[in-house]
Amino acid sequence: MPETQTLTKKDFKSDQDVRWCPGCGDYAVLNSVQGVMATLGVPRHQIVFVSGIGCSSRFPYYMNTYGFHSIHGRAPAIATGIKTANPELSVWMVTGDGDGLSIGGNHMAHILRRNVDVKILLFNNEIYGLTKGQYSPTSPIGLKTKSSPMGSVDRPFDPVSFALGCGATFVARTIDTHLKHMEQVLLAAARHRGAAFVEIYQNCVIFNDGCFDGFADKTVRDDKTIDLRPGQPMVFGKNLDQGIRIEGWEPKIVSAAEAETWRSDTHSGGPAFVMSQLDADPAMPRPLGILRDVQAPIFEQSVHEQIVRAQKTHGAGTLEGLIYSGETWTV
Amino acid sequence: MTQKTHEPGADLPLQHQEEVVIRFAGDSGDGMQITGNQFTHTSALIGNDLATFPDYPAEIRAPAGTRPGVSGFQVRFGSSDVHTPGDQPDVLVAMNPAALIVNIGDLKPGGVVIVNTGQFTENDLKKANLAKNPLSDGTLSAFRVIEIDINKRVVEALKGTTLSSKEVQRCKNFYTLGLMYWLYSRPLENTQKWLEEKFAKRPELAEANKLALQAGFNAGDIHELFQGRYEVAPCETLPKGTYRNIMGNDALAMGLVVGAKLADLRLFLGSYPITPASGILETLAGYKNFGVITFQAEDEIAAICAALGASYAGCLGVTSTSGPGMALKTEGMGLAVSVELPLVICDIQRGGPSTGLPTKTEQADLLQAVFGRNSEAPIPVIAASAPSDAFDTAIEAVRIAVQYMTPVILLSDGYIANGAEPWRLPKLEELKPFPARFLQQAPAEGFQPYARDARLARPWVRPGTPGLEHRVGGLEKAHLTGHISYDPENHEFMVRMRANKVMGIRDSIPTPNVFGDSTGDLLIVGWGSTRGAITSAIEKLRARGMGGRKVSSLHLRHVWPLPKGLDSIFGCFRSVLVPEMNMGQMARLLRSEFQQHNIISYPKVQGLPFRTSELVAKVESILEK
Repeated sequence: MPETQTLTKKDFKSDQDVRWCPGCGDYAVLNSVQGVMATLGVPRHQIVFVSGIGCSSRFPYYMNTYGFHSIHGRAPAIATGIKTANPELSVWMVTGDGDGLSIGGNHMAHILRRNVDVKILLFNNEIYGLTKGQYSPTSPIGLKTKSSPMGSVDRPFDPVSFALGCGATFVARTIDTHLKHMEQVLLAAARHRGAAFVEIYQNCVIFNDGCFDGFADKTVRDDKTIDLRPGQPMVFGKNLDQGIRIEGWEPKIVSAAEAETWRSDTHSGGPAFVMSQLDADPAMPRPLGILRDVQAPIFEQSVHEQIVRAQKTHGAGTLEGLIYSGETWTV
Repeated sequence: MTQKTHEPGADLPLQHQEEVVIRFAGDSGDGMQITGNQFTHTSALIGNDLATFPDYPAEIRAPAGTRPGVSGFQVRFGSSDVHTPGDQPDVLVAMNPAALIVNIGDLKPGGVVIVNTGQFTENDLKKANLAKNPLSDGTLSAFRVIEIDINKRVVEALKGTTLSSKEVQRCKNFYTLGLMYWLYSRPLENTQKWLEEKFAKRPELAEANKLALQAGFNAGDIHELFQGRYEVAPCETLPKGTYRNIMGNDALAMGLVVGAKLADLRLFLGSYPITPASGILETLAGYKNFGVITFQAEDEIAAICAALGASYAGCLGVTSTSGPGMALKTEGMGLAVSVELPLVICDIQRGGPSTGLPTKTEQADLLQAVFGRNSEAPIPVIAASAPSDAFDTAIEAVRIAVQYMTPVILLSDGYIANGAEPWRLPKLEELKPFPARFLQQAPAEGFQPYARDARLARPWVRPGTPGLEHRVGGLEKAHLTGHISYDPENHEFMVRMRANKVMGIRDSIPTPNVFGDSTGDLLIVGWGSTRGAITSAIEKLRARGMGGRKVSSLHLRHVWPLPKGLDSIFGCFRSVLVPEMNMGQMARLLRSEFQQHNIISYPKVQGLPFRTSELVAKVESILEK
């Protein structure tokens, strides 16, 4: 029986007990995602959540949809197989900074460049949580963890820059504590046709508590972050009185009146890349919102188009045609 | 061009031969694989039984003229059953000194060696690391040597064409092929047609190669190189039917397509290029009109994971690889065991460990296939025994995967993958469907993702099916519900359940037939590509009489779980001999399963298949004791 489209958030809650640590940012994301799913008009049976390994990767168990909790780092490959096998499905992938950028970095690069129509939520807490607190590929230099007692000497990845570099057609960033913003970004990702990469800053209360407080805390958030909205001026600050202009190769803080209009669909990914690196200058706000949103051929559609074309050209293959092909002779 | 009004060579005596083994050898850039394949194809079309053995270096083009750059192609064709490409060539075609020196040791004493003297300059000898010219230093005294300056002949034949001198030299292999067609009385039409198609966009190249082919053919009697010509009559003992020539990788790919059709599923191949398995990916990529999806993944892991994802979505997921890729896929296989979805993993074995011998054959992934995963992760393993058998084995792999909701490992090897033989095409009615059944709605007692049917298989549910939303994953699952469970009793129960399911596959597989007497002194047990050599050895040994000693053979397609009935079969023989291209892995497996029998291992790990003569000698030495 097809479901009616009057689903509520509750319909997306599974019968499994959620087992993240009390206070974990994952709860907020789960709640937001369940809320957003209810508004998409997609019946539950058409939705698949795929994950790898890590705290965030328990996500599929808590969604009352189809779900596949796979192995460490491989969710992009599993999701690619599912979506290519059945493009009708709405496929969502949940991963973390370790799962998605370390052990699974290769697969992440390739699902983005292929532009498989999968919505990717990367929970970034700059730490390995499930293995109990080692530094991750997004941990800042100097972070002291169980495996870096004198501080990490690894230069970190910026996930958004990474995704842009892979040619992702949709790249966005949000924060677990900013529910309204997260829902807007998730909705935009859901509407995008092609691979959508959403980095979610997610606080780990146990092993890296407060790592985003410097810009994500509600008391400083307005001044220390900028929400990039396509078609809107790049303004920030409590009173939205400051703005950003890209002058030459460098972004500059200007008054709101002088702020440049943000475009996420420029021919070149250059502006998005520049903005993704905004906070390389500590005086600059942390970029959030939609950094890139462009259209490109979708992998699984091209795959199926070729099949249709081959069947049109050669006719649908039959067993007889297959086996009795080539040059044959009779004894 | 000299025009002959009569058939060239018609004046020469025509000698009938039962079978012939030819080895074409030259530089990697000389086109020996094409030459060999054309000779094979033509021989198949005129009705010979045959087997081939391409042997080429891993380097695409090692430095020209050097020994590492030598590429060979052996074909054995005959009027009676041919099971192997032959132990020793009767004829060696050597295009340069390196090809001569690398291969001459294999030539049958008194055999014919055809040498391209145009490629025997001082410099050529130096490239082959030869201090003296083997044409004059006595190296070839035990053989009949035919010297032809093919370099010069091809220039003469192509005089007046627009080709550059480099392009002219590239036609040497077709001149050589023409000469061999003349010597063995084969028609040119098939190759002429092939050239026209191959060079449809470069008609001048098609024309030049056809000229070279014809010139080589005419040269046979113009130049009076040979005292006679040979004829190898069609094989009359082949079972009646329609045949085509087939290579192992192609047969395997076709078997997968047919298997998927019989299971009523779309085939999804996830693969990463690797020698000698890439041919499967390439062949399946050409079957898009059969609805086949091929996904060239970013790595071996993504290849198996995408295939598993496709199976989860309701396709037949398949992945193809070789040893190093198998190692990378291991975790993905474990996941497939845990989520209990159909998946076919094709391992086209090659020499190892590590990168090993990429273009050489071996059977040393057996224990990896049967046991090589973390924890208790049982996977059924089946093995193809010959190029055409890869077709049937692929269908069998699909059947087991779909009926038992399990990953299946299909073992082939480089010898099967690149070898060719005539294949009697199956009649369509011989192919029995085994349609996959998807659960469409919850049963009356409620839907449980890890409920079991009579085969212990769990239900397969396509995402997109309303009301059956559920989650699967690599964490241990509670029996029936599939919920995450850390319960100790449940874990052991599930480990046993998965093992019992795989062992239960024995109920659906036949006990293998014994070739020869059902009781005797020695039973040769083979698996995989050793079948041809074992069959030839048994035929030879039985023909010799063996002083009343009796030798039989048995070949295993299902290598794990092993079929029922082996215990009593083994009990009818004094000893069991297991030849295999590894250090005795199947022997080890059989000893652990059947401790009471005298199981003798006969290992060979040289990157080369067994010779019939080796097996015959081994059996004789055992029986003498």
